[in-house]
Amino acid sequence: MSSTLEHDPRVVAERRGIAGFFADYRQRLRQGDIGQLPVIVGLIAIWSIFYVASNGVFLSPFNLVNLTLQMAAVGSISVGIVLILLLGDIDLSAGVVSGMCAAVMAVLSVQHDVSPQLAVGIALLVGAAVGTLHGVWITRFGIPAFVVTLAGLIAWQGLLLRVLGRTGTINLKDPFITGLAGTFYTGPTAYLLGAAFLAYVAVRPILENRRRRAAGLSVPPATVVWVRALGFTALVLLAVWYLCKDRGISSGLFYLVSLVVVMDLILRRTRLGRMIYAIGGNAEAARRAGLPVRRIRTLVFALASMLAAWGGILGASRLLAVNQSAGQGDILLNAIAAAVIGGTSLFGGRGSVWAALLGIIVIQSISNGMDLLSLQPSIKFMITGAVLLTAVTLDAVLRRGRTPGGR
Amino acid sequence: MQEPSAATPLLEMQGISKRFGAVQALQDVHFQVLAGEVMALVGDNGAGKSTLIKAIAGIYQPDAGVTRWMGREVTVRTPNDAAALGIATVYQDLALCDNLDVVANLYLGRELASPGGPLGLLDEVAMEKRAIEVLRKLSVKIPSVRIPIASLSGGQRQSVAVARSVMGDNKVVLLDEPTAALGVAQTREVLGLIKRLREQGLGVVLISHNLSDVFEVADRITVLRLGRWVGTYEAKDLGREKLVAIMTGAISGDAVPGATPPAPVTAEHSP
Repeated sequence: MSSTLEHDPRVVAERRGIAGFFADYRQRLRQGDIGQLPVIVGLIAIWSIFYVASNGVFLSPFNLVNLTLQMAAVGSISVGIVLILLLGDIDLSAGVVSGMCAAVMAVLSVQHDVSPQLAVGIALLVGAAVGTLHGVWITRFGIPAFVVTLAGLIAWQGLLLRVLGRTGTINLKDPFITGLAGTFYTGPTAYLLGAAFLAYVAVRPILENRRRRAAGLSVPPATVVWVRALGFTALVLLAVWYLCKDRGISSGLFYLVSLVVVMDLILRRTRLGRMIYAIGGNAEAARRAGLPVRRIRTLVFALASMLAAWGGILGASRLLAVNQSAGQGDILLNAIAAAVIGGTSLFGGRGSVWAALLGIIVIQSISNGMDLLSLQPSIKFMITGAVLLTAVTLDAVLRRGRTPGGR
Repeated sequence: MQEPSAATPLLEMQGISKRFGAVQALQDVHFQVLAGEVMALVGDNGAGKSTLIKAIAGIYQPDAGVTRWMGREVTVRTPNDAAALGIATVYQDLALCDNLDVVANLYLGRELASPGGPLGLLDEVAMEKRAIEVLRKLSVKIPSVRIPIASLSGGQRQSVAVARSVMGDNKVVLLDEPTAALGVAQTREVLGLIKRLREQGLGVVLISHNLSDVFEVADRITVLRLGRWVGTYEAKDLGREKLVAIMTGAISGDAVPGATPPAPVTAEHSP
């Protein structure tokens, strides 16, 4: 009988060797499977523009360390948003929930003498409970997530005000809480963290390819894998060295990257992740295949709200206070924008948590750069909006050329 | 009188009736499928094909009648019961996830993974090896098992959907209009696949409006008309015109030689 793999010129196949790899890649681009190329190109452009416009200040170690500090809170919220978007759902309450949970932590630790660790733990649990409530409501009554989380947005805002009470603002002085975002790792520790990250992004793919080859399965050309691994290594070592010229790797950055790595592992390598992608791709097919669709959706809402709570805690830790406007303003929109700019589809099933990381770097770079240039908030908002729209439009236009039937 | 043997039908239904309100959807219908045969289920619109299929798949429960699985009487209450027996259904609207690759779709809901429940690590290498093996055995031609379903043609998607049904320990595969949306070459591909399922010893139930497809692959044909069982015929004894006449009621089923008696316990058919 004929072999399984028959080349069809319309379809990207696994062609052999380097030339084949690049031919496949070009074809993927043409078909609209653009991956993270546009966001990387965009980021380089943004950094170049601000570098020139700020006379080099933008790319100074001091400013880049600030950038990592600014990213952590919204970045964590955005990781949760990516999970929700992968299901094809939306969570409009993430920003307010982050503020509300930060308020819970602050009130418990400052006004009720609860130990800071316990206060953080309770705040995270409150986040998880809020998300579970959203998820149960959405799946039991079949109400769109948009509406349920919009109601949540308003209700949890009220709870935030209630929790804070008359005080309005609570200042955080506890060293554990302020240290969450404000600790720095330098020297050998910083390089050790860099090495741990590299073990995941550079070494693991090499080992995985070895396993695949041993099993007789097709693998990308070794050269490509090694060039990628060495590229990552150079980039990470450069970043660690450069950040250490100033204060070093902030704990906020460490937590955010760890979160992305763990979530990436869960999404791409575990049964749970496979179920999330399947539900986002075709919920009916997932149901017929016997997946517990309702339970998974509820779990993801719980997880996303817990990550929002964690983002709120990191944000409070950096600002050293929680006030009545915690979690409001552009936090939610930036978290969603980061996920989308990074390449996560709003229609479910496509994207990865790296999108949250890349997207938040883009969003925060723009915000940080414009602050350096002392631009008005009016201009900042308009430019951020334009960048989001450009990213989504690029995605939509390029994807139009994709797949028969445009499904 | 019925020892479980090679000739015992995998699935046998006798005297099946199902009523929806005022509508008698099925009345005293007989149906069986043997291992290693393709049993076509034909009938005009409203003949009760879908109702019967849904009764087999556990979506509907018959009001009356007996269902035997490998000679043993069973009650199929839910789709999960059917799946547990080893009955797989490939629905008309392909139940595949476009965003996942071929391997992930073949294993959807029964992934090979390390223990740990939802956090069990997927064994991609084992799944991919087995997926390639199964696709090769069925001669399904796809460019790569690692491309998303979205980039496959209609015939390739249908082939993957059918291949999915043999991944588990299934013995009977129900195919609901598997060639309805396909072009000529793609239809050939899927019909070839159906023949290979038969070679693997599965019992295939094919529902199709396309009689040339039916005659190309079916060993036996069960005809329903207005919710009643008309007859079960050897495909080779039946011409196209005759089948159409039976389906539309122009001639009565008994007038055709080769009709299996109403309550066949062991069939004379040998694959």
